[in-house]
Amino acid sequence: MINSAYLIALKSIWIKEISRFLRIWIQTLVPPVITMSLYFVIFGNLIGSRIGEMSGFSYMSFIVPGLIMMSVITNSYSNVASSFFSAKFQRNVEELLVAPVPNYIIIWGYVGGGVVRGLMVGFMVTCVSLFFVDLQIFNLFVLVLSVICTAILFSIGGLLNAIFARTFDDISIIPTFVLTPLTYLGGVFYSISLLPDFWQGVSHFNPVFYMINAFRYGFLGIADVSLVWSFTVIGLFIVLLYGLVLLLLRKGVGIRT
Amino acid sequence: MYAIDLHNIRKVYKGGVEALKGISLQVQEGDFYALLGPNGAGKSTTIGIISSLVNKSAGQVSVFGYDLDTQLELAKSQIGLVPQEFNFNQFEAPLQILVNQAGYYGVKRKEAFIRAEKYLKQLDLWDKRAEPSRELSGGMKRRLMIARALMHEPRLLILDEPTAGVDIEMRRSMWKFLQKLNAQGVTIILTTHYLEEAEMLCRNIGIIDKGNLVENTSMKKLLARLDSEIFILDIDPPAQLPSSDRFKITQLDERTLEVEVNKRQSLNTVFAELSAQAIRVNSLRNKANRLEELFIELVEKGNIHDK
Repeated sequence: MINSAYLIALKSIWIKEISRFLRIWIQTLVPPVITMSLYFVIFGNLIGSRIGEMSGFSYMSFIVPGLIMMSVITNSYSNVASSFFSAKFQRNVEELLVAPVPNYIIIWGYVGGGVVRGLMVGFMVTCVSLFFVDLQIFNLFVLVLSVICTAILFSIGGLLNAIFARTFDDISIIPTFVLTPLTYLGGVFYSISLLPDFWQGVSHFNPVFYMINAFRYGFLGIADVSLVWSFTVIGLFIVLLYGLVLLLLRKGVGIRT
Repeated sequence: MYAIDLHNIRKVYKGGVEALKGISLQVQEGDFYALLGPNGAGKSTTIGIISSLVNKSAGQVSVFGYDLDTQLELAKSQIGLVPQEFNFNQFEAPLQILVNQAGYYGVKRKEAFIRAEKYLKQLDLWDKRAEPSRELSGGMKRRLMIARALMHEPRLLILDEPTAGVDIEMRRSMWKFLQKLNAQGVTIILTTHYLEEAEMLCRNIGIIDKGNLVENTSMKKLLARLDSEIFILDIDPPAQLPSSDRFKITQLDERTLEVEVNKRQSLNTVFAELSAQAIRVNSLRNKANRLEELFIELVEKGNIHDK
């Protein structure tokens, strides 16, 4: 099979994945926009107006990048986790397994679907945020790069979760007990410079912190750690998780008997 | 050329269950081959290994000369698989399922739509092309899986019990479709519990039992092994019980006789004897499918020889 055939296969998985979440848009696109609108109203407008400035910006301006990133993380992760697990559950993953599609194409196919959903939700949340704040963009390149890398990383994370999952409960455990705490403690609502030294140190072990940091820099031009370090950490996590998922698919873990 | 060449295939599942105990089997290109065996014999495991859904524990598999270990993608592209269980996304429409499947094999989208239309029409599913596939009947779902397996125009089609739960009319139309495909040069491997189906369609046959291949021969040779056949005769009520020194005759009821005829005897002799006893035969049929009799003899009675 030549490379152009792989590209057709990749495109087919993308089309299938994107049509899937668009078909159920009421479950996949609307809820995050509503949730984030509530965050904007409650934390940004009502409570934020009493908090005052953070790192030299209004509290609303400060949390908007974090909230957009939070929706990107959650949606790219859950898109791949639920889609791949459903494919395992209904056994239609076998359509791909019997076809001459290399494992890396399967990974990038599903990751592509997760990235598109993450970015689409992120864009919609950004549009809603315009009702609450005058968004400025400090560095478009950093902003786009950080959001794409984050969507890729969490899409791969969702795939990893789905590979191991045996029940529908298994694909909600990680988002509830790992993803949500990491996101909330990654500096969405506060600058880590507000934390005591010890907890600032602990925050540096949280990968989400680097993503929000880079993304916020793209919008506001402020960062708690250097951009180079942020992208290095994100890149390392992508390589690590991608390698792990590739190895698991090659061994057939969770998909072949 | 062999469409399939299995050499000493073993499969041991986690927990130590040995599903296949060293099966070697060749299927010629262009053949219509039946793979039979009781439930749990290892048929689906064999098919799973050929289609790379199951990891083999040992042995070698080649598909049209492409080794499954070293030329996996080339080997995969030769095969179309129709599995036993429905394994498509129940929320997607048939047209979408077929076009995407063709894409996985590198078929361009424009060409995929043309092929999808062709197979959906041939398999009488065109009217249902846009409906969620969960709303199709059992028979339609089976045909959808056949259409899906053909989208990349494979040289080998493997069908794992394709007519299970399908009504007789639909089954016969599927047989016709498969015979036509085979006539066009597609090699077909079929597992089925309907032995009539295997006898009617297949030229060669393999029987798997307890992880071993216990038979691998032509249908003709296998059927020739039958020593005798049992016929059911509908008769007018006789004045006295018919008897014969040459045939075993059993009267089942007033109007029905069961006659066992061995290979060296002819039905003419049966009729002649019954006529001589003033018994009028109105109609005649086989008691059971011939292959079924042999299958039971080979598998259930344990009259098997390991190869």
